[in-house]
Amino acid sequence: MNKFSIKNMNLWYRDFQALHGINIEIPAHQITAFIGPSGCGKSTLIKSLNRMNDLVEGCRIEGEILLDGQDIYGGIDVNALRKRVGMVFQKPNPFPMSVYDNIAYGPRTHGIKSKFKLNEIVEKSLYDAAIWDELKDRLKKSALSLSGGQQQRLCIARALSVQPDVLLMDEPTSALDPISTAKIEELTIKLKKDYTIVIVTHNMQQAVRISDNTGFFLLGEMIEYSDTEKLFSIPKDKRTEDYITGRFG
Amino acid sequence: MGQRPLGKAEPNWSFERWLLRGFNREFAAKILFATSACAAILAVGLICVFLFIQGLPAIGNIGIFNFLTGTEWRPTWTPPLFGILPMIVGSLYITAGAIFFGVPVGIFTAVFMAKFCPRFVYVVLKPAVNLLAGIPSVVYGYFGMVVLVPFVRNHFGGNGNSILTASLLLGMMILPTIITISESAIRAIPQEMYGGAVALGASHERATFFVVLPAAKSGVMASIVLGIGRAVGETMAVRMVAGNQAVMRMPHEFLLGARTLTSNVVIELGYAYGDHRAALIATGVVLFVFILLINALFGMLKKRGDN
Ligand SMILES: Nc1ncnc2c1ncn2[C@@H]1O[C@H](COP(=O)(O)OP(=O)(O)OP(=O)(O)O)[C@@H](O)[C@H]1O
Ligand SMILES: [Mg+2]
Repeated sequence: MNKFSIKNMNLWYRDFQALHGINIEIPAHQITAFIGPSGCGKSTLIKSLNRMNDLVEGCRIEGEILLDGQDIYGGIDVNALRKRVGMVFQKPNPFPMSVYDNIAYGPRTHGIKSKFKLNEIVEKSLYDAAIWDELKDRLKKSALSLSGGQQQRLCIARALSVQPDVLLMDEPTSALDPISTAKIEELTIKLKKDYTIVIVTHNMQQAVRISDNTGFFLLGEMIEYSDTEKLFSIPKDKRTEDYITGRFG
Repeated sequence: MGQRPLGKAEPNWSFERWLLRGFNREFAAKILFATSACAAILAVGLICVFLFIQGLPAIGNIGIFNFLTGTEWRPTWTPPLFGILPMIVGSLYITAGAIFFGVPVGIFTAVFMAKFCPRFVYVVLKPAVNLLAGIPSVVYGYFGMVVLVPFVRNHFGGNGNSILTASLLLGMMILPTIITISESAIRAIPQEMYGGAVALGASHERATFFVVLPAAKSGVMASIVLGIGRAVGETMAVRMVAGNQAVMRMPHEFLLGARTLTSNVVIELGYAYGDHRAALIATGVVLFVFILLINALFGMLKKRGDN
């Protein structure tokens, strides 16, 4: 069962074409990784999946992106889409408010007012993001006082708080130390039971460790997309091979 | 060693001269900067010293308690009464009123300018706000006299020269301070904050008002404090519309006139002498202390915002 189907997609930032004829199927309840050298369009692609590119002036998209068979650029409510497709950013971006309010912001946005319900969601989200034990006594503390790794897991919890189907992660561990990174990788694997996960990473070991499928991108084109194990052991394309063996990029 | 252009060789060049020249230039610059800085400090210091030298004895003579809490200002009676409480509460009412009218409008305008305003509106709005900041206060006062005073008289009653009128006018006058500083505080919030909210499915409005604006809180508070400072210190425009009666007012008497600390000084200083004059300067001391407190508050907020 495919969650996303991207069909012949092209994307421009004004005159600059950042993505060329992308075709990908992203299966549900799996982890799909995008790898490739800097500037090849990984972030651009992942941001198209929850329409964060709408915020970029001059960004234009052609082709189709289907979520459960429905065109996400065809007259659907973009806020409802973003509720279904959550996102974790490269740099942890907790809101400057308490841990509790960070998590409660999403559910409150979508109309949940009951204190009891909110408490429940906050606890469950933090628990699912594997940070409940660390933060349960600090719910009223400012989120900005947490460490970088804790902030990133808080942001994951915040993304989970609105019960999305899909979790997009754009280099979620690039600003973190190895221990926090390991925690987040472990967490990501655990989450795929309930969520479809798309992750951008610069770290090829990370892609190997956690992902089921990998797409390799170069200069806005998708060069190769397959089962992670296959892509890293017997790449079909010469350029993929060069990249994963570290000959360029 | 760089190559010298032909014919520009300096036969008498010596390291010592070069060093000295550099030293002199640097030294001169240092002196210039230090003098400029000293001039500013000196100005504040002199104002402080003279205000206190001339004002404090008067406060001593009248008695600080009589001076600050006396409700009668009768400088020409024998014996005269120098109670400035009416002016203190007058300043408080009018400033509070200005905050009441100016702050919400100012903050909403700042949010609008930073987050909602289309480009072609912005290019008109921004210079307009800057212009608002540059209008001399006597012009505001004139506007108050010919527009606001009749407006208040016709729609609310009284003779129009009132606490309400002065509050409305001052509310307008503090707008540019609040708008400019709040707008830049809002713009200074990183885009990722906004992106984080939108990515959760929040609308543009919700992301702006419940994430970006709270994040800019300390800058917005600072703009309000500076606005208060401006409101407390404003003299000319207030004097032209506030009625200026040195009478104790209650909050519900906002359609009657009142006198502020600043007006008190400027209205009577021209003809006052002796104890009366000293009492006016002491009024200035009280005003100065108010401004000091407001500045301290501003400093505190700024420090908290920087962390
Ligand atoms: N807002 C924008 N306006 C114009 N061009 C952009 C914009 N964002 C990205 N680009 C361009 O699009 C191309 C792809 O950028 P993108 O951020 O998707 O790369 P990336 O693969 O995520 O790189 P990195 O690994 O460095 O994050 C780059 O050439 C970049 O310069
Ligand atoms: Mg990127």
